[in-house]
Amino acid sequence: MKKKAFAVTLDPATSLSNHTGSWRTLRPVNVFKLPPCNNQCPAGENIQQWLYYAGEGDYEHAWRVLTEENPLPACMGRVCYHTCEGKCNRGFLDESVGINSVERFLGDYALEHNLGFKIPSRETGKKVLIIGSGPAGLSAAYQLRRFGHKVHIVEMGQEPGGMMRYGIPVYRLPRNILDAEIKRITDMGVEIECGRKVENIEAEKRSGNYDAVILCLGASISTNVDIPQGDTTSILNALNVLGEIETKGDIQIARRVAVYGGGNTAVDVARSLRRIGAEPIIVYRRNRDKMPANEEEMDAAIEEGIQVKWLSTIAEARKDSLKIEKMVLDENGKPKPTGEYEELPADAVVLAIGQNVDTSVISKISGLNMEKDSVVIDNETMMTSVDGIFAAGDCASTDRTVTRAIGMGKHAARSVNAYLNGRAYKKAEKHEIAKFEDMHPWYYTDAPKQIREELEAARRCGTFDEVQKGLTEENAVFEARRCLSCGNCMECDNCYGVCPDSAIIKLGAGKGYEFNYDYCKGCGVCAQECPCGHIKMVPEQI
Amino acid sequence: MLEKIKFYQTGSNTVGNRMLNPAMRTIQASEDRPNSLISGHRACQGCGEALGARYAIDAAMKATNGQIMLVNATGCLEVFSTPYPESAWQIPWIHSLFGNAASVGSGLAAAARILAKKHGQENAPRIIAQGGDGGTTDIGFGPLSGMFERNDDVLYICYDNEAYMNTGVQRSSATPPAARTATTQLVGDAPGADWGKGKDVPLIAMAHGIPYVATATVADLRDLENKVTKAMSFHGARYIQILVPCPLGWGLNSSSTVTAARLAMETGFFPVYEAEYGKVTSVRKIRQKQPVLNYLKLQRRYAHLTGKKADPNVVARLQAMCDQNIKNFGLLDDDNTEAAPVAIQAFERNQSV
Amino acid sequence: MLKQIEGSLGVAEAVALCRPGVVCAYPISPQTHIVENVGKFVKTGTLKDCDFLNVESEFSAMSVAIGSSAGGARTYTATASQGLLFMVEGIYSASGLGLPIVMTVASRAIGGPINIWNDHSDSLSQRDSGWLQLFCESNQDAVDTHIMAFKIAETVGLPVMVCMDGFVLSHAFERLDIPSQEVVDKFLKEYEPNEYLNTSEPISMGAMVGPEAFTEVRILQQRKMARALKVIEDVTKEYRELTGSKSGGLLDCYNCENADLKLIILGSSVGTAKDEIDRLKKEGINVGIISLKSFRPFPYAKLAEAIGDTKQVICLERAFSFGGRGIICPEVKRAMEGKNCDIKTVVAGLGGRAIYGTTINGIVKNALDGKFTEEFTFFDVDASVLNSYTQKTEGVSFPNGPICQSQIDNSVNM
Repeated sequence: MKKKAFAVTLDPATSLSNHTGSWRTLRPVNVFKLPPCNNQCPAGENIQQWLYYAGEGDYEHAWRVLTEENPLPACMGRVCYHTCEGKCNRGFLDESVGINSVERFLGDYALEHNLGFKIPSRETGKKVLIIGSGPAGLSAAYQLRRFGHKVHIVEMGQEPGGMMRYGIPVYRLPRNILDAEIKRITDMGVEIECGRKVENIEAEKRSGNYDAVILCLGASISTNVDIPQGDTTSILNALNVLGEIETKGDIQIARRVAVYGGGNTAVDVARSLRRIGAEPIIVYRRNRDKMPANEEEMDAAIEEGIQVKWLSTIAEARKDSLKIEKMVLDENGKPKPTGEYEELPADAVVLAIGQNVDTSVISKISGLNMEKDSVVIDNETMMTSVDGIFAAGDCASTDRTVTRAIGMGKHAARSVNAYLNGRAYKKAEKHEIAKFEDMHPWYYTDAPKQIREELEAARRCGTFDEVQKGLTEENAVFEARRCLSCGNCMECDNCYGVCPDSAIIKLGAGKGYEFNYDYCKGCGVCAQECPCGHIKMVPEQI
Repeated sequence: MLEKIKFYQTGSNTVGNRMLNPAMRTIQASEDRPNSLISGHRACQGCGEALGARYAIDAAMKATNGQIMLVNATGCLEVFSTPYPESAWQIPWIHSLFGNAASVGSGLAAAARILAKKHGQENAPRIIAQGGDGGTTDIGFGPLSGMFERNDDVLYICYDNEAYMNTGVQRSSATPPAARTATTQLVGDAPGADWGKGKDVPLIAMAHGIPYVATATVADLRDLENKVTKAMSFHGARYIQILVPCPLGWGLNSSSTVTAARLAMETGFFPVYEAEYGKVTSVRKIRQKQPVLNYLKLQRRYAHLTGKKADPNVVARLQAMCDQNIKNFGLLDDDNTEAAPVAIQAFERNQSV
Repeated sequence: MLKQIEGSLGVAEAVALCRPGVVCAYPISPQTHIVENVGKFVKTGTLKDCDFLNVESEFSAMSVAIGSSAGGARTYTATASQGLLFMVEGIYSASGLGLPIVMTVASRAIGGPINIWNDHSDSLSQRDSGWLQLFCESNQDAVDTHIMAFKIAETVGLPVMVCMDGFVLSHAFERLDIPSQEVVDKFLKEYEPNEYLNTSEPISMGAMVGPEAFTEVRILQQRKMARALKVIEDVTKEYRELTGSKSGGLLDCYNCENADLKLIILGSSVGTAKDEIDRLKKEGINVGIISLKSFRPFPYAKLAEAIGDTKQVICLERAFSFGGRGIICPEVKRAMEGKNCDIKTVVAGLGGRAIYGTTINGIVKNALDGKFTEEFTFFDVDASVLNSYTQKTEGVSFPNGPICQSQIDNSVNM
């Protein structure tokens, strides 16, 4: 053009020299909130993050993120009681995200594709002894190995895995899966020595020149109660029953078996016995509401035809029947005897009322503090009262689940690493939890939860085949994509789109966004329209 | 396979998403969106019009491979985008007067067509004329109607914030009943704007039989972009009215612009639909129906309807208006009523009798 | 080529020769015949590559013109009277944007009372609109001025009104010499805008300008007007050389050598006046006529030169300012500031009242007899019409003959 008019005609985009950011009294900032699932996970998994990659179809990346915290996803995707799902904010919309099923999908994917852990790039020369190869021991060993420490596990059982092998029935956790995930850890250079019980831990530590020890010996003894016993009714304990089924594949036991207890072990025993042809009946002193066993497991048991005698205690075991006392719950939910009795035909009783730590060896360690049957540890450092000896898993906890053990093993390993480097270990501080109220639920679409296929109930009774199947890839991706991404960015572009001032810079896929404070006027539309509650308006400092 | 699976975090409700096939994302989601209206403009915080204008014009730019020229009526958008010495427009733009945007658009379209013909170009740049509701439904209405009946190749976009905001929030013929403006104050027996007044320009536009008429809001970006894109696929006169909440004029928090627009849709207060050659062809269904009170509560211009002294009859009347829209346009899925749009004003007048 | 045709058709042909890209039209008498003919040329294909738009109002006609001119097309429209007023907002916008639109104003009185006949109150009401206003004394002048107007407008970067008296010229059949397309093409090249809207070089036209630069924007507009004085002369010269025409220019002098009295006249009355002056010359009365062609920009220096040392000047005005006096006269006084010259306004020919030779004769005689004692006099008054009302209502009567301002003032005081 020849010449443009003065003032009346302007060049394009010249407004960029007008920095409207100076109008701002509030400034948007990104907040990184802790998703309730992550917060709940006893293993401390970064669930939201691995769902993020799983949803993208980058399963290996998802699996790598997952195994930062937990080396046994294929096992956990089967046996974890997934309390995370109970906290999932999606539950307020329709149904919680099936985190556990996606975890299993990722675990199985990794096995199928032979994904291995990285061998540490350097050796520290430090040696750590771990007593016990259950989930706590394996988790600790894995984490220590990643730091480059040499790890030696001593396991008293004939095979590694602890409760995962000797406590959890095969129909819940096929052993090839367990073996494969353990092998992946030993492939990193972790040594597992089976079939030996360490009798003197301090001597072992000295003679083996270990720099630290982690006690992960579990709670391997079934709790006994004194049931007045007639002549011959056989009274067995749950761990022995499960152990024998595990090692021999069968157990010689009567047909009508009362399983005494209301925990997960009781359910495992009952369901296992059902599979070898017995007719188990669970006897529990409280009602279903108060039952500690996992709800889904209990549902499965009932589906399989297992009966339950609620509000009942065994007063006496006779030849082929039990004398049952009826209970009532008081206002605090505690069972109270009523003095009313009834007969229950039964040929045997399996006690599944709890497990205890075998203290025979550890009590010999001088200066080791115990409380009841648990090893007392520092909550932060996981160290026992003895310098250099740490503990994790059931032997140091009353919350005795596989997932919790994995979490404790991880922390113990990290603490040992700090200890070996002369530092004090501090668990990372938790971010503020992302609440449903912080989110913008309008944006989320309805999406039904994807259900894992199960073996038909009728076919379960004669076989130890795995009951629950995995999700198909399609369903797993779908499920991962149901994640609301509470409190953290999921790159939905909303902030970028709704800014009336184009003051949000999109950095590109996977890189998120940046506020352009040169132009941001602080209106707050981005914060209000962020589905995840990832943006907060804070007063501008003058 | 991955593309086949719906992205259920937010589906199509958010601006874009990393998991969506790029073709399914909004134009606003792309890093190289045109940003036809760029940063540094002087719109108020949370301005719905600034947002709506960028949404719409970017979509038109994308639909025409950047061949858009704009005519802007006097009003907020004009004032905040082009005060000497800075323009926030990246594309050819002209402002002449308050009431003549449609005609200037007609002239510009004629010039573009003739120049393209003279220079042997196959496609002439396309013209969009735009203005606020005052410039469209009131002072510019004659030229608008003229442009419509001549079927000039102009897309007219009305950014409807339901009053004269630039001059200090005075009533326009798009101001809804009972709303406070500076010329319909909250005093007397019937506070706010009168019932039974105003005009429904989308329906009037349809009565011209022009190729395309649509309504949209800044709360449903995908819908808005689709409509602008569709509008650009037609030649001839086209009209889109976009509801753009005004934080200042409506008494909204500056952060609530999009939320208010969403509630206007979800209550049925502002029916969102499109029409071709005078017939409604589709409506945007309400996703989560809300009572009108939830919409009113956000806005201080309706403060008299939400406080202790509120007249429940007025709220009920507004609710009835929303219900009537829902019925007339079939805004709810379970509503089987034939879509037979009737101007809200006709309903109001009917109610006043 | 010589043709005996209606003035409107002549103008339409002239406009078509200029190859406008967009012509918009809204009917208002007496300009309708022009756009009707242009529309016909477009439809028949005589005028190619031109878009002809029938709009719904003059406001839109001007707005369409603004749009098309800003879009880089040579643009033409026409109007008159009420129509001009209806487009006023756009008139100012067009000049503010510097758009070289050419518009015919077939001059006609402004209502109310509504009146369709010729005077100059419409165009003169737009004195301060920033448009050039070129007046035509004949249809030949109108034909030529339209062709020159495009070149002037596009060179200066301002819109031009070509003012031709309604009916008197627009509807008059005369012999016209219409230049050939070849000649016009040689004279008027394809329009190359200083700036226009296009997608390869985006600009924002029509920005809001505040106190920080508004004065300067106005000064630049005034500079364009200053430049226009020269451009009008240059273009006229070029056109005259090319066609042999006598049209155009800032002003035109007739019989001005040693005149005792000079009449300043705009528009078609010049022709009537020339005939009468020739008659008067035979009586030994030497009167000169200055035909003011360019009212805006006003050629102060050129006019002072044309008046020279003549001691008496009468401005024959076909419009005036209510509550004020004449419109042309103060401008002439400004031009003659400090010179010994008696300059007065004589109003005649309002609302189509015909200006005959006798009217001119009367004005000249009265002037030379010193009967115009005041600056401002209504000349062609019919006292009987006036008195039929004032006598009845107020008991006031006016004498026959011209009525000057003091008579009006005094009639109110009584």
